[in-house]
Amino acid sequence: MSELSAVAVIAHRDFVKLLRDRLRIVADFALPLTLVLLLGPMLQAGYGSPGGLNLTTFVFTGVLAQTVWQSAALGLISLIADREEDFSQEIFVSPISRYSIVAGKIIGESLVALPQALAILVVAALIGVPVSLTVMVALLPILLAMAIYGGAFGLLILSNIASQRTANQIFPFVMLPQFFLAGVFNPIHNLPPVLAALSALSPMRYAVELIRNVYYGTQVGLVAPATSPLALNVVVIAASLLGFIVIGTALFVRSERNR
Amino acid sequence: MIRVESLVKRYRKAKRNAVDGIDFEVEAGEFFALLGPNGAGKTTTLSILTTTLAPTAGRALIDGHDVVAEAAAVRRKVGIIFQRPSLDRNLTAEENVRFHAILYGLYSYAPIYRLMAPAYRRQVEESAALLGLTREIFDPIRTYSGGMLRKLEIVRSLIHRPKVLFLDEPTAGLDAPSRRTLWQYLTTVRRESGTTIVLTTHYLEEAEQADRTCILNHGRIAATGTPEALKAEIAREYLLVDAADRRRLTDELGRLGLPLAGSGPFQIPIEGRSTHATLRAIETPLTLVRTHAPSLEDAYLEIVGRSDE
Repeated sequence: MSELSAVAVIAHRDFVKLLRDRLRIVADFALPLTLVLLLGPMLQAGYGSPGGLNLTTFVFTGVLAQTVWQSAALGLISLIADREEDFSQEIFVSPISRYSIVAGKIIGESLVALPQALAILVVAALIGVPVSLTVMVALLPILLAMAIYGGAFGLLILSNIASQRTANQIFPFVMLPQFFLAGVFNPIHNLPPVLAALSALSPMRYAVELIRNVYYGTQVGLVAPATSPLALNVVVIAASLLGFIVIGTALFVRSERNR
Repeated sequence: MIRVESLVKRYRKAKRNAVDGIDFEVEAGEFFALLGPNGAGKTTTLSILTTTLAPTAGRALIDGHDVVAEAAAVRRKVGIIFQRPSLDRNLTAEENVRFHAILYGLYSYAPIYRLMAPAYRRQVEESAALLGLTREIFDPIRTYSGGMLRKLEIVRSLIHRPKVLFLDEPTAGLDAPSRRTLWQYLTTVRRESGTTIVLTTHYLEEAEQADRTCILNHGRIAATGTPEALKAEIAREYLLVDAADRRRLTDELGRLGLPLAGSGPFQIPIEGRSTHATLRAIETPLTLVRTHAPSLEDAYLEIVGRSDE
C-alpha cells in the first residue's frame, strides 16, 4: 500500500512540475507543433501526395508517436540531473523500493507526455488532418503505452550513463538518428540493407509504426503508408519493453550505489 | 546507535581512498560532529551511512542494521539534511512535506491537501506554527529565504521521527542570523526528541557545541574526542611574554627552569603552573604579557597540520 502511494506521489510530482513550469511547456510543445504545422504541410505542398499518401497526415502520425516516446525517454534520463539536486535526493534516501522509484518515474513521465500528444491531435485537427472521435479514443491508450515504452528506453540509457554531461553528449547519437531511422517523416520501407538493418534496430520505429497501424486502421478512407504488420510491431514492443525495464532497473539500482 | 568499522571508500577511477579505514561509534542521543577540510571524506562518510553510496570495504551499522544489507531498515531510521537543498522548487512547502510523509509510508497518497489524513494536516499545522510559517506554508518555496528553506528541510526530515539526523554542512551559505536561529531550532529539537545528531561542518564554532568531535583529514581520523579534550590534548595554554632586553629575559627564564619556545615573543607553557606565580618570579621588565587559551580552531589546525606531514 505504502509503495503504491509512493509510486503515485512520484508520478504526481512529475505532472505538477510540468504544469507549473511554463517555460518547459512552451519548449516541450514547440518542436512537435513546428513539425506538424510547418514540415508536414510544406512536404505536402511540394511533393504532392505520392501514391495518394497525404504527407501532412504522414508527418502528423510520425511526430505524434515520436513526441510521446521521446518525451518520456528524456524525462527518465532527467533523473540523472535530478539525482544531484532538488527533490530526487530525497526520493533516493527514502525507504521505498528502487522499483517503485522507477515505476513512479515512468508513469509520471508518461503522464507528462500525454498533454503533448493531445495538443498535437488538436492542432492537427485544426489544420484539416482527419481525426475522428473513434481515432482519438483508439489512440489514447496506445499513446500511453508508447510513452511507457519510451520511458523504459530512457531507463535503459539512464542506467548506463554517469552524468548529465554524458547524457547531453550521447543525445545526438541515440535520439537524433532515430528521427530518421524510425521514419517519423521519411519512408523506411524499401531501404538498402544497411539502412534497413539500422532502422530495424531503432526502438522508436516500432512506436511510430504502431501508431500508424492504429491511426490508418481506424480512420477510414485514407491511403496508408507502408508499415510492418500490427502483430509484429506489438510483439517487438512488448518484448523490448520487458527487456528494457528488467535490465534497466537492475543496472540502475546497481549503478546508483556503486559510484 | 552508529558503529563504523574499518570503513573504506574508493571512487571509481580514483587514485586514492576518499575514506581510508575509519572507525568510530556514536551513542544514542549524542551530538557528534565530523570536522575536516574540504575533501577530507566527510560527505562520503555521510553518504555511506545514509545508504546512498556503497562502501568499498568495512561496514557500518545504524541502530544494529547494516547500511548495505539492510538499507531499507536504515533509511526508515535516519533523516538527512543534504549539503545542497533537496526541496522541490516547483512545489509549495506543504507539498514538499506531504511528499516526504508519503514516501516514508506515514500516510496514503492524496492528490490535494484537503484529502490528506487529518493527522497529517494537524502535523503540518503544528510544524508551520513552530517555524512561524503559518501563512506561508502553502506558498511555493521559491519565495522562501535560504534560512526558511533550511528550517523547512529540518521539519520535513523529522516528520518520520528518525533516530539519527544527519546534517551535511547545513549552515553553508547562510548568513550569521540565519545560522544562529537554525542552531537554536536544532537545539530545541534535540532536547525534545532526543534525536542523535551527526553533523559535518567546517565551522569550528558549530563543532564546538558537539558532545564529541571527530577530525577527518585525507580520509583518515586525525583525532577524536570531546571538543574540550581535543583542545586540552593538542593546543596547550601558554603565557606569551616579551621584553625590551630579550637576552636578559631568556637568561632569567632559564634560571627559573621555565621551558620556553619561540625567538621572541616567548611562549611559556602553563601546564598546571600558576600564571600569577610565574609572572611574579620574573624580574626582567616585560613589554608584553598575554595568556593564550586555545580554541578548538587551534587544535583543529594543529591536528590537520600534523596529519598532513
